[in-house]
This record gives sequence, structure tokens and C-alpha cells, in this order.
Amino acid sequence: MSRLEGPNQIAELQREILEKRGKFGHEIAVCGGPGCRAIGCEEVFRALRDEFQRAGCGEDVHLKWTGCRGLCAGGTIVVIDPGGIFYQGVTPEDAREIVEETVLRGAVIERLLYVDPTSGEIARAQDEIPFYRGQTRLLLEQIAQLDPSNIEDYVAAGGYAALAKTLDRLQPAEVIEEIRISGLRGRGGGGFPTARKWTACREAASSDGTKYLICNADEGDPGAYMDRSILEGNPHSVIEGMLIGAYAVGANQGYVYVRHEYPLAVQSILTARDQAQARGLLGENILGTGFDFHIKVSRGGGAFVCGESTALIASLEGKIGEPRPKHVHTAVRGLFNKPTVLNNVETWANVPLIISRGGAWFAGIGTESSTGTKVFSLVGNIRNTGLVELPMGTPLRMIIESIGGGVPGGKKLKAVQSGGPSGGCLPADRIDLPVDFDRLAEAGSMMGSGGLIVMDDETCMVDFAKYFVEFLAEESCGKCVVCREGLDRMRDILTAITEGNGTPESIELLEELCEVMKDASLCALGATAPNPVLSTLRYFRDEYDAHVNGGRCPAGVCRALITFHIDAAACTGCGACARECPEGAISGEIGLAHSIDAEMCIQCGICRTTCRFDAVMTD
Amino acid sequence: MIELTIDGAKVRAEEGMTVLEAARTQGIVIPTLCHFDGLSPYGVCRVCVVEVVKGKRSSLEASCTLPASEGLVIRTGSPRVQRARKVVMELLLSTSPKSKLLQDMAANMGVTKVRFQQKDRDCILCGLCVRYCEQQMQSGGLGFVGRGVSRRVGTAFDEMPEECRNCGGCEWVCPVCEQACRADDLIDGLCGGCLNAVPVESCPICTECSQSVGAEGHRTFR
Ligand SMILES: Cc1cc2nc3c(=O)[nH]c(=O)nc-3n(C[C@H](O)[C@H](O)[C@H](O)COP(=O)(O)O)c2cc1C
Ligand code: SF4
Ligand code: SF4
Ligand code: FES
Repeated sequence: MSRLEGPNQIAELQREILEKRGKFGHEIAVCGGPGCRAIGCEEVFRALRDEFQRAGCGEDVHLKWTGCRGLCAGGTIVVIDPGGIFYQGVTPEDAREIVEETVLRGAVIERLLYVDPTSGEIARAQDEIPFYRGQTRLLLEQIAQLDPSNIEDYVAAGGYAALAKTLDRLQPAEVIEEIRISGLRGRGGGGFPTARKWTACREAASSDGTKYLICNADEGDPGAYMDRSILEGNPHSVIEGMLIGAYAVGANQGYVYVRHEYPLAVQSILTARDQAQARGLLGENILGTGFDFHIKVSRGGGAFVCGESTALIASLEGKIGEPRPKHVHTAVRGLFNKPTVLNNVETWANVPLIISRGGAWFAGIGTESSTGTKVFSLVGNIRNTGLVELPMGTPLRMIIESIGGGVPGGKKLKAVQSGGPSGGCLPADRIDLPVDFDRLAEAGSMMGSGGLIVMDDETCMVDFAKYFVEFLAEESCGKCVVCREGLDRMRDILTAITEGNGTPESIELLEELCEVMKDASLCALGATAPNPVLSTLRYFRDEYDAHVNGGRCPAGVCRALITFHIDAAACTGCGACARECPEGAISGEIGLAHSIDAEMCIQCGICRTTCRFDAVMTD
Repeated sequence: MIELTIDGAKVRAEEGMTVLEAARTQGIVIPTLCHFDGLSPYGVCRVCVVEVVKGKRSSLEASCTLPASEGLVIRTGSPRVQRARKVVMELLLSTSPKSKLLQDMAANMGVTKVRFQQKDRDCILCGLCVRYCEQQMQSGGLGFVGRGVSRRVGTAFDEMPEECRNCGGCEWVCPVCEQACRADDLIDGLCGGCLNAVPVESCPICTECSQSVGAEGHRTFR
């Protein structure tokens, strides 16, 4: 691979690659995202390659990998161009038919097309699928189109043009001005204006001129994997973003701090770094302009708290990854006490787009105070789980109903938790809320890194809050007393409430403890940890009251507070529940309504899941 | 020199001082536990929190790690500060009820009941022993292991560290080991032995402590 010697050579390289690719009659893209890998997309890839060779059309076909396409429940996804024919659930056995029918004869295999579960409509191409139609996929579509292990794919799609433009025509201050105009705010949780961080770092004095950049890829929220998908699926966008940022603030060294459970992401960023280096896009004298920038990749310490800025920096410095009191901004005194810009993966990935298309274009997407798009991971009781990308300010209703396909199983939406374990929940009647940084905060939740957990009406909100408090209690570093002991006592109180031992005073104490934790914790983990409790108390107080005053769990989840009985009208007398009950607490004659002996029942709920006629009830 | 306002008074402080140090120059008392002159500030016990006023907004910060800076407006005893300190004391007492120092501090702050479940871990993880060992004795045999509530002070392989000089400094500096509270029974998590006991005439085990009788927060010893 030859080194590029000047910014204008990027455009030349792009032209060359496109010309070379134009010779192929077909492009076959196999999804290599985490979901598809888990169900064997590698065999599909091999089978397709073998079939092309057998059919003798290998020369005419460009077979490639791409990153995650987002519709993870659909099985291995293969997209065939021209036509963008979208096949899902592809197995190695389908390879021959795909080659013979679709590639050679141009016929579509109906069986492999996507069928919308609600409307029954068949979609031929990606943009006919409702899941994709509602999205604005700036970052995710790149992932879906590009082979992350091949820098040529990124360049062919216009990659590194923003870097060329920056080095060729922009002054550092102009780069920051463009970011300021774009309104970009950090995607790592706090939503801090990126340009302000960069300006502070640019202006900060450093005795020997050293400044650092860090890409935060520690992503520890359960169920969230947007940063992982970007690093695995489009590592060059992060590298290009960091290069532009480095030029703007005057840094020559960057770090990518990756969660250690993400070996593929580490691999992907290392490969991309080496390729960029070989092309003269990274390292010394970048694109012949005299600008130097190096990237090191570090593996995270494996704790959730290591994603917090001061803990992350301590960990990079080789110390224990624990938060420190922060009174001077990282941009002024950060890594090794040098001015440092720390941004999230998604924040970096947006930078090249902003420089290429202009800050004003970016500011035109989303709302006034929250611009651009945001990648969300949609999980929980929802039909389409996966990664989605939407303009900021999209109403929650649209995300859940149009894109997520709604709550499955005929159940009703109860609440949505946003912002990860230390975010908050919103009740179903706030579903028209536009999702942006400020509106979520006003409603007692937060954007966080973009996790959305959907809950149906069989969720107990006290139990739900307890789940997050338990997670955070395990993840607190334990350094400061309010967070360490506070979370532990919060867990005690919530456990008591769910076990029927709560009192109205428990709720009062819980509230007071929450307020003090918000006020007096050392770092943001402790200060935001009360959010799940406070937001459920705000919107579902009656449910807490029912637990402590009425001795009831309205959702029928907290075992100590429910009794099972059989609705005689609905029971067919099939006897299935009686056979499954481990305690033998159910009796009745076949064909007649059965009944449960409350004394013997241990509230395991097996009868409820066994009954096909929904005759087992709780109260 | 910089000037800041603490509890309404203008205070002049040297560059590099913390708010705690600046307050002390004026005799303003802020309770502390994990702070110790001669050891690096650590900021973990959170009893030294003060309210930092910024226009209409304010936040709580640990005064032992907060640098004194020009124009800072600090309140050391506002209701918000008092509420936080009391809850912190309750949390601390529920982990280490046998500490006389903690019991006395709680009494002085008017804590009348520990509402949390008792844990008896006999260590508040203030890190004084760890820092004393490392910074005053240049030994460094002690450290923290584990995270969350599993965090504890330990040594390598849980054995007597080679570096130990047997100085006993760790025990001497410890707010829990230093002087144990000898009350047999705790009432609502509090010791009734001395400072908490009022009024004198009805207190069966009164040690006639110097505490003024009937001061706020003193409770009848049953
Ligand atoms: C407990 C805790 C965990 C965090 N984890 C992450 C993380 O995994 N990834 C991330 O980008 N930011 C995380 N943050 C936020 C970072 O501290 C920091 O604000 C962010 O990386 C800044 O980047 P941004 O301005 O681009 O958002 C975490 C914060 C806290 C308090
Ligand atoms: S708030 Fe929690 S995570 Fe943060 S320093 Fe304190 S104990 Fe550690
Ligand atoms: S043993 Fe004592 S000095 Fe050491 S951390 Fe625990 S309470 Fe603090
Ligand atoms: S004395 Fe300040 S936090 Fe402990």
C-alpha cells in the first residue's frame, strides 16, 4: 500500500477505488455484526464464496463483510446489489439458490425476504422495511455498508475527505467554529457541548506543549452496544474524528480506551489504525502536511466506573481505576496532568460528517438544543430489538411504535427506562415526549449513552428500580461512603419493600437517602444512582404505596405479596398446572375447574406460565 | 492571596489552600473524618461537605478537597449541609457503631436515630491507615481490595506485610479502632452512654459528661 503524500490524493484514491469496483457486476454484502456472528454468518460467507467459484462468476462479484445492520432478530442478513435485495435468515444451504437465482438470473427468492409481522407486507429492499424507514441513519448506514477491515471501503464512501479538507483548508479555530455551529453535544452521557471542551483544551497552557485526546469506549451499561458497533463496524470514522480533533486542539497523542470484554472492537480499531498508518493518514507527517498524531489502544479495567472520566484517566495512567475529586476540568488538566479532550465513540464518529457537510447541515437535524442524530439500543419488551438511529427530538412514541414495532404479546406499554442503569423511567402517558438531552432531564430521566428499555404492564416498578440499584451497588467503586453504603442501604430498603416488609417510613428514608446521594457523592456514579428510584417514585408512587400499605404488588411480580388463584370460568380443567406444580398445591378433577391451596403455594408462578387459557390469576 | 466568603465572612487564603484550610484560619469548624494534617486529602467520608453557592444554584462539595478560589461563596452549616451530614453519619454509624468518635460526632450533629440496617463492619474505609502507612511511615504495606461494599483494607496475600515497621500508626490514626465505644446496647443505633444521654436526672447510666443538658439532639435514655 502506498503512502499518500498530500491532502488532494484522498480524492484521487477514491476515484481509483470506485473505478476498480465499477467493473464488478454485483456486490454481495454479508452482515458480520455481533448478532449475525452469533448465528453463523461466517459459514454463510464461505458457502457463498464457494458457490461463486463453482458457478465461475467469482470475477464478476464483489463479496464483502459489513458491520451490524441493526435488525438483529432477523438472522444472517445478505444484501445483493444492484437492486439492494435484502435477504434475512440466510443459511449456508441457501447459498446455491442465491447464486443461481438472484445473481445469475436476477430473480428474487421470496422466501428470504422480510415480512413485516404487523402488516404482513413483504419488503424487497431495506428501505421498504418499516424498521429502517423511520430512521435517519447517518452513522449506522455507514456501518451497514462498509467492510470495517478494509480502508478502501471507507475511502470509497468519501472517508478521510474531511481530514483532507481540514489539513488543506481549515485553521484549527475554524474547525472548532464548525463544531460549535453544528451544536454537537457529547454522546457519552452528559451532553456537554463538544466545541466548548475543545476550545478549553486548545486554550489551556501546557508546559511542554503536550496535549492528549481520549476516545471513551468503555461502554458498560447492560444492554447497550452502540459504541461497540461503531468501533467494530466503522473504526475509521472514529480515527478520522480524532485526527480532526487533534489538529483542532493541538494534540499529537490519542488513546482509545476500550472495554476489555470487546475483543473484536479492539481488533477492529487496531487493524484500522495500522491501515491508516500505512497510508500516511496517521503517524508522522500526515498527508505530507507535517502534522503528527499517534493512537494507542488500551483495554479497560473491566469496571463500569472506569467509564467515568477521572477513573478512566487514572486507569490510563496505570493507577487504580477510581474516580477522583474533579475541580479542574479535564480539558485543562487531564491525563498525566496535561490538557486532555475526552469524548465518547459516537461523538468522535460524528466529527467527520460535520466537517464534510458543514456545521449548519448538522444543526438542521434534531432540535435547537440537541442537534444531529442519536443511536439508541432498543431492548426489553419490544418487537424489534436492536440499534436504531434517529434525529434528536423524535417522540418516544415513534421509536417504540413505528420502529420498534410496539410491545409484543398483546400487552400494554407501561414505562420506558432511558439512560442506562443511572437513568430514569418515563411512564406510558409521557410517550409523546421528544427525546433530547434537555427534555429527558426535565422529565427526571437522562439521555445517558442511549439505552432504551421498554417495559410492559407485567413489570413491577419497585422490582425494576431494585434491579438497577443492585447493579450499581455491585459497580460502585466503594471509595466514598455515600455511594458505597448508600447503595447498599437502598438495596436493603427496596428488598424489604418487595418482600412485604416495607413501611411508609421506608419510603421516606429512601427519598431522603436519594437526595443526599445526589448531593454528596464524590463522582457522578453515586450522584446519578438514585435516578431509577426517584423517577419510579415520581411516576409510580401508587405502586410503592400498594407494596407498603396494601401488602400488594399490583404487577403480580413480588412473590411475597401475591396470591395465586384459578379463575373457574376460564379453567378448562386440563390439569396441566397440577402436573407442573412442584408443591402439589393444585387439585381438581379433569374437566372441572381446578383450585390452588394457598397454604401450600410457594408463589413460583409455574402454573401461570403453564396454563394455556390464562386462567391462573394473581392478586 | 485570594479572597472568598465563608458563612458571610470575607476570608483571605493562600493560593493552593483548600476551603477546609481557609475556614480553619478563621476558626470556622467543619467536621472531618478522612482528613488528617500531613496526609494527602482523600475526600471520601463526605462529612466535611459544604454548600457552594453560585448565584441561584448551589451544590455540595467536600471542603477537604475543594480548592479555595477567588470569589467562592461557601456555607458550612446550611440546612442542606446539615441534612447531608446527618445522613452520612447514620450511614457511617450503621457500619461502625462501636466507634466512640463517630458516636460523639453524631451526637453533636443532633442525630437521634440510625434508621438504616446495622452492618457492623468496623471500618469506614476512610483510608487514614493506608495513607498514614504510605505517607508518614514510607512503608506502603496497606491497600484497598475489592469494590463496592466488598471493599476492605488489606495487605498482599492477607499476610503481615514485609514493609511493616510495627509502628502501630494505622491503629492510632483509625477513627474506629482508636477508642471503642463501650456501651453494651445501642438504642436505635446510637450509644446512650455519654453524650447522647439526657436529661441527667433520668439517665440511669449517666457519666455526667460535660455536654450541656437538653441540647438539641440529646435524647432520653430509656
Ligand atoms: C459511572 C460512569 C460511567 C460512564 N461510562 C461512560 C462510558 O462507558 N462511555 C462514555 O463515553 N462515557 C461514560 N461516562 C461519561 C464520561 O465520564 C464522560 O463524560 C464522557 O465520556 C465524555 O464524552 P462526551 O462529551 O463525548 O460525552 C460515564 C460516566 C459515569 C459517571
Ligand atoms: S460516588 Fe461511588 S463510584 Fe464515585 S467515587 Fe464514590 S463510591 Fe466510587
Ligand atoms: S481501618 Fe480505620 S483507618 Fe483504616 S480505613 Fe478503616 S476506619 Fe479508616
Ligand atoms: S474529611 Fe473531607 S471527605 Fe472526609
